[in-house]
Amino acid sequence: MSSLNQQQQKNRKLIRLLVLVSVGMFGFGFAMWPLYNVFCDITGFGGRGVQVAQASSLVTGTSDREVRITFDATVNSALPWDFKPAERQMTVRLGELSNAKYLALNTSNEAIAGHAIYNVTPPEASLYFVKTECFCFTEQLLQQGEAREMPVYFFVKTDLPANITDITLSYTFFRDSSDAGLTLTP
Amino acid sequence: MSETTAHMHDDHDHGPASGIMRWITTTNHKDIGTLYLVFALLMFFVGGLMALVIRAELFMPGLQLVEPDFFNQMTTMHALVMIFGAVMPAFVGFANWMVPMMVGAPDMALPRMNNWSFWIIPFAFTMLLLPLVLGIFGIGGGGPASGWTLYPPLSLQTGDAFAFTIFAVHMLGISSIMGAINIIATILNMRAPDMTLLRMPLFVWTWLITAFLLIAVMPVLAGAVTMLLTDRFFGTTFFSAAGGGDPVMFQHIFWFFGHPEVYIMILPAFGIISEIIPTFARKPLFGYTSMVYATASIAFLSFIVWAHHMFTVGMPLGAEIYFMLATMMIAVPTGVKVFNWVTTMWKGAMTFETPMLWAISFVVLFTIGGFSGLMLAIVPVDFQYHDTYFVVAHFHYVLVTGAVFALIAGMYYWIPKWTGYMYNEKLGKWHFWLSTIFVNILFFPQHYLGLAGMPRRIPDYSVQFAEFNMISSIGAFGFGISQLLMVAVIWQCVRGGKKASARVWEGARGLEWTVPSPAPYHTFETPPAIDDSMVAHPDDLAH
Repeated sequence: MSSLNQQQQKNRKLIRLLVLVSVGMFGFGFAMWPLYNVFCDITGFGGRGVQVAQASSLVTGTSDREVRITFDATVNSALPWDFKPAERQMTVRLGELSNAKYLALNTSNEAIAGHAIYNVTPPEASLYFVKTECFCFTEQLLQQGEAREMPVYFFVKTDLPANITDITLSYTFFRDSSDAGLTLTP
Repeated sequence: MSETTAHMHDDHDHGPASGIMRWITTTNHKDIGTLYLVFALLMFFVGGLMALVIRAELFMPGLQLVEPDFFNQMTTMHALVMIFGAVMPAFVGFANWMVPMMVGAPDMALPRMNNWSFWIIPFAFTMLLLPLVLGIFGIGGGGPASGWTLYPPLSLQTGDAFAFTIFAVHMLGISSIMGAINIIATILNMRAPDMTLLRMPLFVWTWLITAFLLIAVMPVLAGAVTMLLTDRFFGTTFFSAAGGGDPVMFQHIFWFFGHPEVYIMILPAFGIISEIIPTFARKPLFGYTSMVYATASIAFLSFIVWAHHMFTVGMPLGAEIYFMLATMMIAVPTGVKVFNWVTTMWKGAMTFETPMLWAISFVVLFTIGGFSGLMLAIVPVDFQYHDTYFVVAHFHYVLVTGAVFALIAGMYYWIPKWTGYMYNEKLGKWHFWLSTIFVNILFFPQHYLGLAGMPRRIPDYSVQFAEFNMISSIGAFGFGISQLLMVAVIWQCVRGGKKASARVWEGARGLEWTVPSPAPYHTFETPPAIDDSMVAHPDDLAH
């Protein structure tokens, strides 16, 4: 009988440990979320390296080196807008404050708010990309049929690695998340 | 003292209760093993029927039989049913039946939890299958159709089936974790005193390592689907770009579970094959210790290669190269295993009874699946093969001719021990040859389809793919119908036949062969004394 008890105690101890491991791994699944964010912050993935500056005074001198910027625009299917860059491409000098425009048009017959998220390719370039003003910082409300020019002010830091000669800035407009229209139903 | 004895007596000496309650309330590892195996067999045919719907639709280009949405439900449910309903429960069934007998334990460490682990599964599958079945009768939107990987944002657009699927996955995860904890506790705590770790049969070793994989990754899957659930119903945006989340993160979390899951389905298969080949080659397993270490290495590597499932999502070059090389490293311990099996057969006094035929077929065909896996590991090549039928051919070679063939081999190997009767050898050989021929007609042409660029998960295709698809579909129906022979063999063998001896096979070694056939309801109530002659794999370090 005592050996049976010993056995049971041994089992209980092991099971407690194994249950703890399972619960820990459940937590680890969720821990992937902050870990993923840290990874993006370090590598600049998902446009995470882009810095936001309030004033153009942060420009730290210019260089003669030029880099080509390509502008890209996408609209989520839940948002009935037209959205495109005014210019597909522009060439800017490093350190020089530049201005690009996007054009948005609400093609529906109701007022809709949208929110743009952005990404920068190659990811490493986002660490050297600074925005001083962007339509993506706030929610945009377009009345029915309303068209709007949406500006973005930015510069690329002078210490951009030499192997990067092309940068793509991409925006995707989503319907404002507080709007019921966002709910994904087939 | 006398009270204690009486109590013990009451606990152990009676046979099974009769009637349906025997199966519902049982805590006997053999009964529960049988339940798992019967359930897995049932699900094998349910999932197989879905596969035949897929292959029937793909018999010719164009849409003939089913709506595209129903086709997508079939591909999704086929995978979920086969993985969680057929292969995993079948291996747990083998573990229940064999592990206590192989280590000289009276039962599993936690018999009541064992009962619960099994009985959760039928309820989980009721939940999983209900939306699909109702959909067939025109009620609701049908089953999930986003693929078994449940990638958002597509999976979040699933209709009413969404919550059913998530809860079913949760329940299956809980069942698997409980089963795994039970197996670890049995192996670590319940072994007979003389059964040292390096005397354990390889099937026990592979299951020990598999059980650790299960408790490490099933909770991660539970976390991932919980996040999907809150994204869908509670307004979180873990995987929604609009709210600052990232759908690609789901793929990372999913495959952190998904890759070890692949090995959860193949390591016990390695174990079964490592039992069968020495028996029919009449030689001890070559390189027993290296097999143990190879299994452990594969398990470790499985945690650090997950992103090879998602080379095309846009990863940094450094990450692609790392995941490519790490993935290729898995070929080393796997190669050790294949060479050990071949070397075990080398100069052995081989006979070719049905289990051995399946085992040899496993070694050859699994290796083909392994090689196509190596091809897929090469990043630039994977960009071409990704999401094509080449991938479908690859994972069916490792899962059907790998995991399923090993399960069938194990069934033929141990069924005389389970039922006490020899199976019908002639029918078994027919089953083997028809299956092996048709399975290659079924899956081999899919390699060519993939190389030619046919995408997977698609109900219609360009006419250039017509011939190979037709061949593949013929193979599918041949393979499916051949499996009815297996049911016939099992049915006959349960009902009677030639009496099986305790040892059953001339070359068989291991504790399970020291008890009579059929194995008594209770075995090893007192730990057996063990010497090397009874052990399948004597510790080769000791000699």
